[in-house]
Amino acid sequence: MAVLVIAEHDGKSLRPGTANAVTAAGRMGGDVTVLTAGLQCVAAAQAAARLAGVKKVLLCEAPQYEGFLAENLAALIVPLAAGYSHVVAPATGFGKNLMPRVAAQLDVQQVSDISAVESPDTFVRPIYAGNVLATVQSGDRIKVVTVRATGFDAAGESAAPAPIETLAPAADAGLSKFNGQEVHKSDRPELTAARVIVSGGRGMGSAENFKILEALADKLGAAVGASRAAVDSGFVPNDYQVGQTGKIVAPELYIAVGISGAIQHLAGMKDSKVIVAINKDAEAPIFAVANYWLVEDLFKAVPELTKEL
Amino acid sequence: MKVLVTVKRVVDPQVKVRVKSDGSGVQTANIKMAMNPFCEIAVEQAVRMKEAGVVTEIVAVSIGAPQCQETLRTAMAMGADRGILVETGVEVQPLGIAKVLKAIVDKESPRLVIMGKQGVDDDNNQSGQMLAALLGWPQGTFISAIAINGDSADCVREIDSGLEKVTLRLPAVVTTDLRLNEPRYVTLPNIMKAKKKPLEVVKPEALGVDVAPRLKILKVQEPARRGAGVKVADVKELVAKLKHEAKVI
Repeated sequence: MAVLVIAEHDGKSLRPGTANAVTAAGRMGGDVTVLTAGLQCVAAAQAAARLAGVKKVLLCEAPQYEGFLAENLAALIVPLAAGYSHVVAPATGFGKNLMPRVAAQLDVQQVSDISAVESPDTFVRPIYAGNVLATVQSGDRIKVVTVRATGFDAAGESAAPAPIETLAPAADAGLSKFNGQEVHKSDRPELTAARVIVSGGRGMGSAENFKILEALADKLGAAVGASRAAVDSGFVPNDYQVGQTGKIVAPELYIAVGISGAIQHLAGMKDSKVIVAINKDAEAPIFAVANYWLVEDLFKAVPELTKEL
Repeated sequence: MKVLVTVKRVVDPQVKVRVKSDGSGVQTANIKMAMNPFCEIAVEQAVRMKEAGVVTEIVAVSIGAPQCQETLRTAMAMGADRGILVETGVEVQPLGIAKVLKAIVDKESPRLVIMGKQGVDDDNNQSGQMLAALLGWPQGTFISAIAINGDSADCVREIDSGLEKVTLRLPAVVTTDLRLNEPRYVTLPNIMKAKKKPLEVVKPEALGVDVAPRLKILKVQEPARRGAGVKVADVKELVAKLKHEAKVI
């Protein structure tokens, strides 16, 4: 048995979720190899080599991996997979886009978004927006699995870095072209890695009003998130969305402001250690999952909270 | 150009599901069902492209129980021209879905397949990508915009850090994300018209596809409940609790 982990990275460092996927991989049995493929990713490969539990790193650099196009990465991974019992990736946008293409070409049924490993062939995964946990067993020769980061601790640093081997790229599939990204730079921590998250919903009312939450987030060193309603209304960009079909987070502290608590939002944050909800609606469903809740107008409560801290 | 859209019949997203007492599955008997929200967005996109003159024919496909015919009729009421139901009592998993759809694509030769990014019941987010792989076609997942330019499709994708632009050679498979469009409500006249549109029923065996599941569901259960929380009177009390009781700040 041997596990191949497909690292998500930005060339310079590993993205959150990869270290958690390595931990999950360690529970599947056998040595863990990490593949870092991209346009230029030596630094990311070196970061992977320093993760505890990693036996070897494969480094593959080529222009056709810019933008991590699934068609090209799958062409690289599929022939490689024959030497492994498991192929694993974080269940981030990157992993979700890529892994099913790999699984289909290997003619296996992927197990998506696992929250626990029971044995090398048995996994737990949330379904129905996290309201149900399914324990599933795969009889396929190669298990293709994506990992929900909040289910596993991030692998720490190892004493001695693993060896890095260069891998020849596969040919460009010529099916798609990457035309760039529009990403938002921020000094705040990443949503999926933050210890504290301040999140706003429809109750915020406008993009301008999110400044109130940003001030609170600055005081707490927190990331800023949002519900689907806030994103759909144009208050914040899509990458702020926490929920069933957005980001899944489980910080130490999640402060939900002006968020009613729809099933689909809860799916993304109900495993947070401490949940605080501030809403002027005393019947808001979010209060059912909150450790502490405050029924008050957020435009009064949040600035006051920021001042108190 | 011809477009294929897929529509899945799922438990209505507003319903809080319950697990059967023997843990063998989720209670779905007599539960309100609906078209998967991401599939609604897929149908809506195809219809808008037809209204814009880019698409000439929309074929809607569903896979499952006979009741999926209702879901196909809804797709046709939104504007799909005809429907195909691949009828089976098996709960087909994504690999099986992709194989069935490949057989249909091989027969129908659409230029574009538009699918929802995930079913809100099993939250797999796999079928579109798998279909693209089996066809050897490019995939544009989680799209929030699409424009056809001759032999290719320019797509904007929602990614974890923002937005990404890709160009896909046609034919291609795309999967919809939330902000691609807002689906229309079906009107009564269109519901009536949809009853007369063609709806073909086929079995997976007739397509030469084995839909037997690969993953065995050992058990399902509800997750551990969170403990009850407390209401705080004001901000001062909240801060005190967070500092001294929860110790998170």
